[in-house]
Amino acid sequence: MEEILRVEHLTKVYENGILANDNVSISVNRGEIHAICGENGAGKSTLMKVLFGLEQPEQGDIFVKGEPVRIQSPSAAIKLGIGMVHQHFMLVDRLTVAENVVLGNEPRRGILIDREAACRVTEELGRKYNLEVDPTALVADISVGLKQRVEIIKALLRGAEILILDEPTAVLTSQETRELFEELRHLRDAGHTILFISHKLDEVKALCNRVTIMRGGRTLGTYELEGLSKSDISRMMVGRDVVLKIEKEPASPGAVELSVRGVEYWSELGKKMIDGVSFDVRRGEILCIAGVEGNGQRELVELITGLRSGGAGSAKLRGTELLGRPIRAARKLGMAHIPSDRMVYGVASSQSVKFNILAGKVEDARYTGKLLFRDRAIDRDMEALARAYTVKCTSADQTVGMLSGGNIQKVVVAREMSQEATLLVADQPTRGIDVGAAEFIRRRIVEMRDAGVAILLITADLNEALELSDSIVILHGGKVVAYFADTRALTEEEMGYYMLGVKSQTPEEVEGAVHAS
Amino acid sequence: MHHDLSGQSAGNEALNPSAQQQRDPHRGPAGKGGGLGAPRDINSRFELIRMLVAILIGIAITALVIFAVSDTPLESLRYMFIGPATTPRYFFNVLELMLPLVFTGVAISLCFSAQQFNLTAEGIFFFGGMVAAVAAITTKLPDGLHPFFCILLAGLAGGVIGAIPGLLKYRWNASELVISLMLNYVCFSVSMYVIKNHFRDKDAGAIVSYLFEKTAVLDKVVAKYRLTTGGVVLAAAVCLLAYLFMYKTRWGFSVRAAGANMNFTRYTGLNVAFAVIGSQVLSGVVAGMGGAVEMLSMFTRFQWAALTGYGWDGVIVAIFARNNPRHVPLAALFLAYLRIGADIMMRRTGVQMEIVKVIQAIMIVLLVAESFLAKTRHRMVVREATRESIVAEEVA
Ligand SMILES: Nc1ncnc2c1ncn2[C@@H]1O[C@H](COP(=O)(O)OP(=O)(O)O)[C@@H](O)[C@H]1O
Ligand SMILES: [Mg+2]
Repeated sequence: MEEILRVEHLTKVYENGILANDNVSISVNRGEIHAICGENGAGKSTLMKVLFGLEQPEQGDIFVKGEPVRIQSPSAAIKLGIGMVHQHFMLVDRLTVAENVVLGNEPRRGILIDREAACRVTEELGRKYNLEVDPTALVADISVGLKQRVEIIKALLRGAEILILDEPTAVLTSQETRELFEELRHLRDAGHTILFISHKLDEVKALCNRVTIMRGGRTLGTYELEGLSKSDISRMMVGRDVVLKIEKEPASPGAVELSVRGVEYWSELGKKMIDGVSFDVRRGEILCIAGVEGNGQRELVELITGLRSGGAGSAKLRGTELLGRPIRAARKLGMAHIPSDRMVYGVASSQSVKFNILAGKVEDARYTGKLLFRDRAIDRDMEALARAYTVKCTSADQTVGMLSGGNIQKVVVAREMSQEATLLVADQPTRGIDVGAAEFIRRRIVEMRDAGVAILLITADLNEALELSDSIVILHGGKVVAYFADTRALTEEEMGYYMLGVKSQTPEEVEGAVHAS
Repeated sequence: MHHDLSGQSAGNEALNPSAQQQRDPHRGPAGKGGGLGAPRDINSRFELIRMLVAILIGIAITALVIFAVSDTPLESLRYMFIGPATTPRYFFNVLELMLPLVFTGVAISLCFSAQQFNLTAEGIFFFGGMVAAVAAITTKLPDGLHPFFCILLAGLAGGVIGAIPGLLKYRWNASELVISLMLNYVCFSVSMYVIKNHFRDKDAGAIVSYLFEKTAVLDKVVAKYRLTTGGVVLAAAVCLLAYLFMYKTRWGFSVRAAGANMNFTRYTGLNVAFAVIGSQVLSGVVAGMGGAVEMLSMFTRFQWAALTGYGWDGVIVAIFARNNPRHVPLAALFLAYLRIGADIMMRRTGVQMEIVKVIQAIMIVLLVAESFLAKTRHRMVVREATRESIVAEEVA
């Protein structure tokens, strides 16, 4: 086996002080599909960005085909034969497939782009590698799977021998995933080397030859996949056996806290995103809204929490309408909200931990007199909250932006969960954070439920949905297609059928989500 | 106070022994100082370093320029940097110049803290001077009360003007920067119109107003110099109140939150309207008062013929003070000192005082340029991060 790429002792620290790659070493052979596995935040994307010249490391050596190299820009990477398919596509929607493929090194006729030549090149490459696309189609009109294929062709045209795919299947349907795998195997057989990032272990087992495991910014080692079980890999990824069981008593729901009736919402393009959604959340229960991304749950939760305006219907918190009213009013009524995007909404990242936890409690008589803040009480309680929520910081005066993702999330959670709320909207509360922090947050959610808080959970993580929630509403195409009053008998498979629109319940069954008249 | 704080930090350590390990040995105990000031960590330490380096570089380059253009460079340098401290007259000049800078510095800090780039302070300062002048000519009040009445009126007028860009921004998301720049001309023209057409003293040669009532003029600290007791007291009060407002009240909290992240401010249910409009109104009040204080301290009749430039200077002061009213006096003193120093140098050795603009420009550029010393900052961050990683390893 000939080594094509080697990284030694590489360290990358981001501006916010996060040590994303810590003494990372990896060796990749020519003609293999090499998986990189690790939890969210393990530093996989960072390593790939370094290899593609998008980030500069502090330390470490990179060798391509035995030669030491410095990769200072993506164009340098391309010259070395390294290509990358990004998690977010870098295509121009208004251009055709062929135009996108040649963008940046267009075949010319005079000063004009030679469109025919562009189409020809695209088709030739497509034929050679079994990557069929219609070169004349507009990128805006093609599916996500095809866009990805265009990205791959683009990289190949630029002479990529090593192809980096960062979580390519995250956006694909299972059919598209199978096709992608076929294409990748074909490329490997043609002599290309593929770095494949995923945390879906089935995929890794199905596709790859070897796997390098990353955890907390470090590489733990590279292993032959043959003879390695999924649970072996996952144990190494998280550093211990994953317990996704959450200890909780069955819920004993009380009165209805939030009552949503006939909510509708049209997107700016006039598409009906939410179509008559009704349900109730009672005190002491965790209700989960589940659905494949893009089926209305994003819009729904933003309408309820006031981040988005313009919907029809009603959402009442103990009888008071929330839709169309300022967030301030909802908060005063007792709503707390963990937003899905912590950097956009969740924190003021240039302010201190203390500042961020206090926000939302500034009118609390414990922390402010008629005019001035009670500094002593603020210092004491904010420090205590930071500690209680195990925020890892040097002090509560540290800038929030300097913390890691999981710790920033804990700051958000510390604030929202100490709000004396009667309704907690938890929108992807554990996305992109380490297992320890996730487990902690889930436990706190259950504790709040037991204390009688009504909890509306929105999560894309099916396991979390099943383990954490007491009942589930499933959205498909903006409609409620299923309601399960008890999640204990429900399986991920069954949920999948409803989420993908394969099955749907009768209107009477769906009515079950509505408890009060 | 001190006793409480040290007692408390000891308590923290007792409760959380592991916090001690993670803590930076150079920084002292956590929680020291307390309250809701700006974050204190590697970033704030770095910002201080950056400011000092910027100032040193500015001064060094100025010195080089002086060496290049002056026949007597050493003497010029001495006048420039030591001159203002050599005689009481010069020193009072520094203080007289410092006062308007304190007002506009606080005014600009208030709206910059909320990320509202409202520069109407320039126009409002002028307008406030006019309002105070008119009130000082037309009203009759007892001695102690009269100037404060004029100043109050100017402050109110300033608040009303400051509200205009604030409201337009809040209601229609109109750029407060563009509107404030245009408002400056409006303020100037309206003020000149009022003075020219209604209060011009035709017996005086230039375009100046009638004399103020004697009762309206502020009393001097020392008869020889123009620094006024009322001006000093008001400037100090404005700094103190603005500081308390910004760092010790919930309204100031919302202003700072808005400055850091507007989405966050809305989402946490803080008062966004206040943050946007209130910060600009208060800024206007302070700028208006500043104009009035200047008018009633330095003059006995309105005699400005052009915008004063103190509003723009306020931007420089605010940048040096990091938008914190507590640091405004020092920043204003620094700028005033440089200006007077350059003036002395010009009068004594003929080196143009525009040299001070060079220092200012260099320091401002260095301060606002994100990437200045970015490598140093990055090294500090890397050092901290790798050290934490090693500590974590030892603990594990
Ligand atoms: N541009 C960035 N600036 C600051 N921190 C970042 C940046 N990108 C990633 N990080 C942080 O670096 C760590 C590793 O991230 P990443 O490489 O994206 O992990 P992965 O791809 O394995 O999920 C995370 O803690 C993440 O929050
Ligand atoms: Mg990633």
